Amino acid sequence: MHRLNSPRTGGLMALVAVIAVLPLFFPNNFYFDVAILAGFNAIVCIGLNLLIGYAGQISLGHAGFLGLGAYSSAVLTTHLGWPPFLAMAVGAVATGLLAFLVARPILKLKGHYLAMATLGLGIIISIVMNQEEELTGGPDGMTVPPLTAFGYEIYGEQIWYWVVGVLLVFCVWLALNIIESPVGRSLKAVHGSEVAAEVSGVDTGHYKALVFVISAVFASLAGSLGAHYTGFVTPADVGFFKSIELVTMVVLGGMASTYGAVIGAAILTVLPQLLTQFEEYEHMIFGLILMLVMIFMPKGLVPSLIGKILNRPAAQQEDAAS
Amino acid sequence: MSLLKVENLSKVFGGVHAVEDLSFTINQGKIHSIIGPNGAGKTTLFNLITGIYTPTQGRIAFDDKDIVGLAPYQLAALGMSRTFQNLQIFFNMSALENVMVGLHLHLDRRLFPALFRLGGIAAKESQAEEEAADLMRFVGLGQYVGSESSSMPYGALKRLEIARAMAAKSRILLLDEPAAGLNPSETAEIDELIRKISETGVTVVLVEHDMHLVMGISDHILVLDYGKKLAEGTAREVRANPDVIAAYLGSGAIGGGHAA
Amino acid sequence: MLAEFLQFLFSGVTVGAAYALVALGFSIIYNASYVINFAQGEFVMLGGMATVALISAGLPMPIAVFLAVMITVGIGLLLEKLTIEPARDSSVVTMIIITIGASIFLRGLAQVVLDKEFHALPPFTGDEPIIILGASLLPQSIWVLVGMVVLVTIMVFFFGHTKLGKAMLASAHNPLAAQLVGINTKQILMLSFGLSAMLGAMGGVLIAPISATYYEVGIMLGLKGFCASILGGLGNFSGAILGGLIVGIAEAMGAGYISSEYKDAIAFVIILLVLFFMPSGLLGRPGTDRV
Ligand SMILES: Nc1ncnc2c1ncn2[C@@H]1O[C@H](COP(=O)(O)OP(=O)(O)O)[C@@H](O)[C@H]1O
Ligand SMILES: [Mg+2]
Repeated sequence: MHRLNSPRTGGLMALVAVIAVLPLFFPNNFYFDVAILAGFNAIVCIGLNLLIGYAGQISLGHAGFLGLGAYSSAVLTTHLGWPPFLAMAVGAVATGLLAFLVARPILKLKGHYLAMATLGLGIIISIVMNQEEELTGGPDGMTVPPLTAFGYEIYGEQIWYWVVGVLLVFCVWLALNIIESPVGRSLKAVHGSEVAAEVSGVDTGHYKALVFVISAVFASLAGSLGAHYTGFVTPADVGFFKSIELVTMVVLGGMASTYGAVIGAAILTVLPQLLTQFEEYEHMIFGLILMLVMIFMPKGLVPSLIGKILNRPAAQQEDAAS
Repeated sequence: MSLLKVENLSKVFGGVHAVEDLSFTINQGKIHSIIGPNGAGKTTLFNLITGIYTPTQGRIAFDDKDIVGLAPYQLAALGMSRTFQNLQIFFNMSALENVMVGLHLHLDRRLFPALFRLGGIAAKESQAEEEAADLMRFVGLGQYVGSESSSMPYGALKRLEIARAMAAKSRILLLDEPAAGLNPSETAEIDELIRKISETGVTVVLVEHDMHLVMGISDHILVLDYGKKLAEGTAREVRANPDVIAAYLGSGAIGGGHAA
Repeated sequence: MLAEFLQFLFSGVTVGAAYALVALGFSIIYNASYVINFAQGEFVMLGGMATVALISAGLPMPIAVFLAVMITVGIGLLLEKLTIEPARDSSVVTMIIITIGASIFLRGLAQVVLDKEFHALPPFTGDEPIIILGASLLPQSIWVLVGMVVLVTIMVFFFGHTKLGKAMLASAHNPLAAQLVGINTKQILMLSFGLSAMLGAMGGVLIAPISATYYEVGIMLGLKGFCASILGGLGNFSGAILGGLIVGIAEAMGAGYISSEYKDAIAFVIILLVLFFMPSGLLGRPGTDRV
C-alpha cells in the first residue's frame, strides 16, 4: 500500500535533483533558454496528462487555452497597463470559465468526435487571435512586457530557470496530489469504464468538466508566464500545431504518468533544436521519429521502459507462484 | 416492505420491445432472482433500474421516490449498486483501487483538500485502502489485494465487481449473472457469497442462468420472457407454473436441482 | 443580389466538392479501420504538387495527372503498410499521432523533393468564365463538380455492386464475418488507404487550377475535410459528401455576407454547434452504448 506513496517522495526528489544539477552542464544561456521552454511545456503537459492520460479524454485544442493565457497577459498589460500578475490571474480565470462553459457539451462527445470538437475550439481561438489585429497585432504577434512584481523584474535566463524550476516541482506536486486522492481515482475510473464509474456514484460529467478546467488553467498560466519570458507572442505559437505538439509530448512521455509528461515535454522541446542542423530535412526526420516511437512504444516512453524493467521480476514471481 | 416498485415499465430499441409493460415489487432484505432466456430483457431491466437507460414508458420507485430520469450516480447515492454481465472493470487501476472507487460516495471528494493534501486526505486514503482490502477478503480475493486488475483471472474479476459494488454500502445490490462463465466449484462459492451478502441486510436482486443456484437461494423469483412477466413467486411456485414449464420445456433446466 | 448569391454559391459548391472528396477519404479509411488518417490532406497536396512537378519536367498534362495520382496512391499504400498495420491495436490518440507524424513527414518530403513555392496548374479547359444570371462560373469549377460526381458515382457502384466493395463494407461492421467469407482484412485496410489516396490526389488535381497548391495546402483542407466527415457522421459516405458541401457553401456564404476574415473559422463553428446538439453528426446513428 505504500506503493501509492513511493513515486511521490522519490520522484519529486529526483526531479528537484535534476533541476538543481542541470545548470552545471549548461555552457551558455541558450541551454537555459531551451530548459525554460521545456519547463513551460512540461507544466502544460502535466495538466493535459490529467485530462488525456488519467481521464482518457483527448484534446487537440489545448494550445487555445495556452493562447488565451498568453494573450490575456499581453493585451491587458500592454493596452490597459495592468500589473502582470493581475493580468495573469484574470487570464486564468477567464480561460477556466470558458473551459467550464464548453466542458459539458464537448465532453459528452467521445473518441474522434471529441478530438474534432476540441480541435475546432482551438482553431477558432487561434483564428480570433490572428484576425483581431488591433488588439493582438494579428499574425505578426505582439510584444509582452517583462514580468514585474512589487518593483522587481524577473529578467534573464538564469533567474527564469529557477522560477520555472520551482513552479514545475510545485505543479508536479499538485498533480500527484490530485492523482492520489478520490478525485484522481474518479478520473481514472472515467477512463476505465464510464458506466461503472457512474454506478459507483462518480458524477462523470462533473469530473470530466473539472479536469478539463484544471488542465485549461494550467495551460493558461504557463501561457502567460511563457509570454512574459519570451517577451513576444504570435498566433502560430498557440495554434493547431502547438496543440498537437502538446498532445504528442504527453503521449510520447507516457500516458497516465506525470513524470512521463515532464520527460515527453523535455524531449520534444530539445529534439527540434537538435534537428535544426538537418535543415530542410528537419520536418521529415521529426515526422519519422514521431511515427517510429508511437509504433514501437504505443504506451509512451516511461511506461514502456518501466514495463521492460519490471517485467523480469514480475515474470519470475509468476513462475514461482505456479 | 417494498423497496423497489416497477410499474408498467417498457423499453423499446428501434422496433424491439426489450421490456414490455412490466410491473413487479421487490421487498427489502431478501434475495430476488430474475430469470428468463437470453434476450428476455433482464439486463435491459437492470439498466433501466440503475438509470443507464431511460424508460420508454412506466414508473420506477425506489423507497417510494420516483427515480425515472435520475442519473446512475444519483441513484448510487440513494443506495443502489450493481455489477455487470459484461465485466466493467477499471483495467487502468489496481484491484484495490477498483474497490476504492466503490467507496467514492463515502470519501472526501472535494478538490481543494485533495489539491493541497489537506484535511487528512492521506490518512483517509490509507483507511480507505484498508476498508477496500477487507472487502476484497470478504469476497474471497485476499490473495489479489496487491494485484493489478489486468492480471487477474476472469472468475476473480467477477468477484472484484461484487466487492466494488458492496463498497458503496448500498441498500440494494443488483447482480447480473455473477456465476456466468464460472465452473461448478466457483459457482458454489458465489452462492455462498450471495448468502453472506444478504445476511448483512442488503437486498439482493440476482439475474442468473444457473437454475441450481437460483432455485436454492431465492426468496422470490420473477420469470421474464420477451420482456414480459411470465410468472413470479417462490421457487416452488415458479417451478410448478405451467407457463414456465411450457417455456422451458425440453430444456430440463428448471425441473431438477442438479441441472446447471 | 441574386448574382452575388449565385457567385458565393458557385465558389462554395466548388470548394465543397473538394472537401467532400477529402471527407469521403476519411470515411473510407475510418470504415475499414476506425482510424482517422490525419495525413488525408497531404494526399490532396501530393496530387496537386506532383502534377505540377511532372508537368514542369515536360510531361503532358494527362500523363502527369495520371502519374501523380499513382504516386500518391503508392504513398498511401506504403503509409498503411509501414505505419498503420504495425500499430493496428493502439489507442485512438496513438493512431492520431502516428498519422499526424505521417502528415509532417509527407509535408517535409514535398518540401525537400519539390519545393516551398506556390504553384497553380493551368485550368483544364481555359479560364473564360461562363456568366450565369450575372454570376461568373469558371470552367474549372465545372470540372471539379463533374469530377466529384464521377468519383462519387464510381464509389457508389464500387461499394454497392462489386464483391470487393461489399466486402470492404462488411469488414467495417463485422471483421470476423468478413474473414469468414474469405476476405483478408489486411488487404481491405490497404485498399482503403489506396482508395482514399486516390480520391485525395484527384481532388488535389481538380482544385489546383483554382486555389494554388503548395506543400502546406493539405493542412486546412485536411482539417476541413475531417470537419465535413464528422459533420455528416463518421463512416457515412452520403454524410461525408453532404458535410463537404455544407462546409464549402457555409464558408463561401459566411465569407461573402458576414466576414471574410473569419472564413476559416466557419467550418469549425458549425461543427461545434452541430456536435453540441447531435453528438454523432447529421447522418450518424446515435445508438445507445450497450453494457
Ligand atoms: N442498447 C441496445 N440497443 C439495441 N437493442 C438492445 C440494446 N440492449 C438490449 N437490446 C435488445 O434488447 C433485448 C433484450 O436484451 P437483454 O436485456 O440484454 O436480454 P438478457 O439480459 O435477458 O439476455 C435483446 O433483443 C437485445 O438485442
Ligand atoms: Mg443479460
